[in-house]
Amino acid sequence: MTTMLEAYAAVTGADVIRHLQQLAELLKGKSVVHVNSTRVGGGVAEILEKLVPLSRELGIDTRWEVITGDSEFYQCTKSMHNAIQGDKINIPDNLLKHFLEVNEQNAKQLCTILEEADFVFIHDPQPVALLKYCSNRKGKWIWRCHIDASHPNRGTWRFLDRFVREYDASIFSLSQFVQLLPHPAYIIPPSIDPLSDKNIDLAQDELDTVRIRFGIDPDAPMIVQVSRFDRFKDPVGVIKAYKLARQYIPTLQLVLAGGTATDDPEGEVVLDEVRIAAGDDPNIKILLLPPDAHRTINALQRLADIVLQKSTKEGFGLTVTEALWKGKPVIGGDTGGIRLQVINFHTGFLVNTPEGAALRIRYLFNQKQKMQEMGVKSKEFVRENFLLTRQLREHLTLMVSLQHSAGDRIELS
Amino acid sequence: MNTINTKPEPEIPHFALKDCALIAIATHRRANTLKEFRDHISTLSPDSLYYHFWASLLLPHFEEREYINDFASWVRHGLSDTKLAEQLAILDPTSFDDIDELRYQLLEYIDDRMEESEYLQWTRATRQFEFIRSQIVVFDTGTQISEPHAMSDLISRMSASSIFYHFIDARRRAPDKMDDFCRWLTFFGETYQPLIDRLNDIDPYFSTLVELRQQVATAFESNFSERAS
Repeated sequence: MTTMLEAYAAVTGADVIRHLQQLAELLKGKSVVHVNSTRVGGGVAEILEKLVPLSRELGIDTRWEVITGDSEFYQCTKSMHNAIQGDKINIPDNLLKHFLEVNEQNAKQLCTILEEADFVFIHDPQPVALLKYCSNRKGKWIWRCHIDASHPNRGTWRFLDRFVREYDASIFSLSQFVQLLPHPAYIIPPSIDPLSDKNIDLAQDELDTVRIRFGIDPDAPMIVQVSRFDRFKDPVGVIKAYKLARQYIPTLQLVLAGGTATDDPEGEVVLDEVRIAAGDDPNIKILLLPPDAHRTINALQRLADIVLQKSTKEGFGLTVTEALWKGKPVIGGDTGGIRLQVINFHTGFLVNTPEGAALRIRYLFNQKQKMQEMGVKSKEFVRENFLLTRQLREHLTLMVSLQHSAGDRIELS
Repeated sequence: MNTINTKPEPEIPHFALKDCALIAIATHRRANTLKEFRDHISTLSPDSLYYHFWASLLLPHFEEREYINDFASWVRHGLSDTKLAEQLAILDPTSFDDIDELRYQLLEYIDDRMEESEYLQWTRATRQFEFIRSQIVVFDTGTQISEPHAMSDLISRMSASSIFYHFIDARRRAPDKMDDFCRWLTFFGETYQPLIDRLNDIDPYFSTLVELRQQVATAFESNFSERAS
C-alpha cells in the first residue's frame, strides 16, 4: 500500500481501501480527466486536490485540468451559479456569448486530452459547454453538479440544459436537486476529507491557542455556528436562540464564525444586523475569518459543546458533516441535506425556530451523557458514510456501471 | 458378475468471495401525498423497491432504527401517520417469495389506511418522497476458501459490502432465500447444521453491515471453538 492510501486506511479501516483497490482493478488502463474552473479555493478544488492523487495511487490514469477565463467570464458564471440556486437573474446575451467563446478557447487547448479520455468529469457550469467543442470524443462524459439545482432560474437552466443533456450521465448531490434529463442522473452526496486542515485532529496546544486568541472561557459552555453571514443561515435566529437558552445557562458563550464576504453586498447588511442583535453581550463573539482559516474553524468546532447550523435554506450542509466528524451534536435547520445528517436524539436535533433551537440547547446541556453518546455516534456515521473514500468509491462504481449495460445488476467475473 | 455402480462423491465447490458496490440513480418520480405515493409504488421497478428496503445499508444514510425502510420512515416523518408507518416498517422483504408480493402487501396496507382515513389521501407531506433506483456492480475478489474453518479469518477481512452481497443480496438471488454462507455449508452434509441454524438466527434487518459482519464472524468462531472443546 502506498503512503496516501495508508493514511486513509488509518482513518477508514483497511477493508475500505481494499474495496477501492478491487473496484479500481476493473478500470485498469482507463484514463480519466476532471475539469473545473479553479485549482485553489472552493469546495470542488478541495475535493479534486485529494480525489485525483488517490485515484492515481489506485492505478487509474487520472488528470485534473482547469479552464481559464477573464473577469467577464467569471461574472457570468457567478450569475449562473446564483441562478441555478434559484435567484431571479437574467444574464445578458453578450455575457452568455462570451461564456461560449471562453469555453471554445479552452476546448482548443484541452481537446486532445478530453477527446482521448475514457471518462471526462466536468464540474459545475463553468466548463459545461466544452463538450460542444469536442466533437470527436470517444469516452463517457459526466456532468457533476455541486450546486442545489432543485429550483433553478428557468432561463438560465434552459441555456445550460442544451449542453447538459448531451452528456452520458450527470451527478447531483441529493435526489431533491436532480433535474429531468435524458440520461442517468446519479446521486452522490459530497464528502469531507478527514486529513485536511479543516478536519484533521488537532493537538490540545493548538486548541488552547485559538481559545486564548478569541477570549473564550474554558470553564463555560459554548455553542458555535460556522457560516457565511447570509440570511439563509439565520445568524440572527441563532442569537435569539442563545439569548433564550442563556436564561437557563447564564454562563453560555456563543461564537458566530464566518467569512468576510467581500463579494457579497448583502453580507455586510446581514453582518450589521447580527452586530445589532448581539449588542454589547461579551459572551457573543462574532469572528470574521479569512477564507483559509481552516485550522481555526477546525479548532472552534472542536472547542464547542454543541454546533449549530440553523439554516432556513441549505444545500448539503458540509459544515454539519464537519461538526459531526468532530463528535459534536448538531442543532440544525429542518431543511436540505441537514435532514439527511441530523436525526433527532441520534446525531442532534432538527429545529424550525429560534425557540426550538433554545429548547434543544437547554436539553443537551441538561443531559451531558446523552450529548456524549450522540457525539460518538455522529463520528461513526460520518466515518461510514461521508468521508472522501466513499465519494471515490461511488465515482469508481459509476465508471464501471457506465462501461457496462444499463441494467440494474452488473455481474463481472 | 456383479457390477457395483459407484457414484463419485460430489465435489464441494470452493467459497468464492465476491464484493459489490451500489450506486443510486434518480427516477424523477416524486410523491407529495399518500395517493401519489401509492400510485408510484404500484408501478415502481423492482430495483427501486429493493433500493428503498435495503440500500440504506450500503449508501450514505444516517441511522434510524425505528422505521427502518424508507417508505415507513417517510410515512412517519413526512405524513406523521404512525399507524401506517408501523405497518410498513414491519415488512421484511426476505419473507416474501418475490418483490411483487412485497409490493402487493405494501399497497394493501396503504389502501386500507386510505379507506380508513380519507383525509390522508390528500394530506400534503411536509417533505417530498423521492423514488430512487439503484445499480449494483458485483465483482470477484479472486479470494477462495475450501474449508469452513477458514471462514472466520476471511470474514474479519471482508468489506461491509461483501457481507451485504453474501448475506443479504443472496436471499434475493436464490429462490430458497438462503444466504451464501448457509448454502455453501449445506454442501458438507449435516456436519455444519448447528452453524447453519446459528446463522439463520441472525436478523439482518436491524443491524448495520459492520455489526452484521461481527455477528456472522461470531457465529463461525463460536461454532469452531465449541467443536474444538
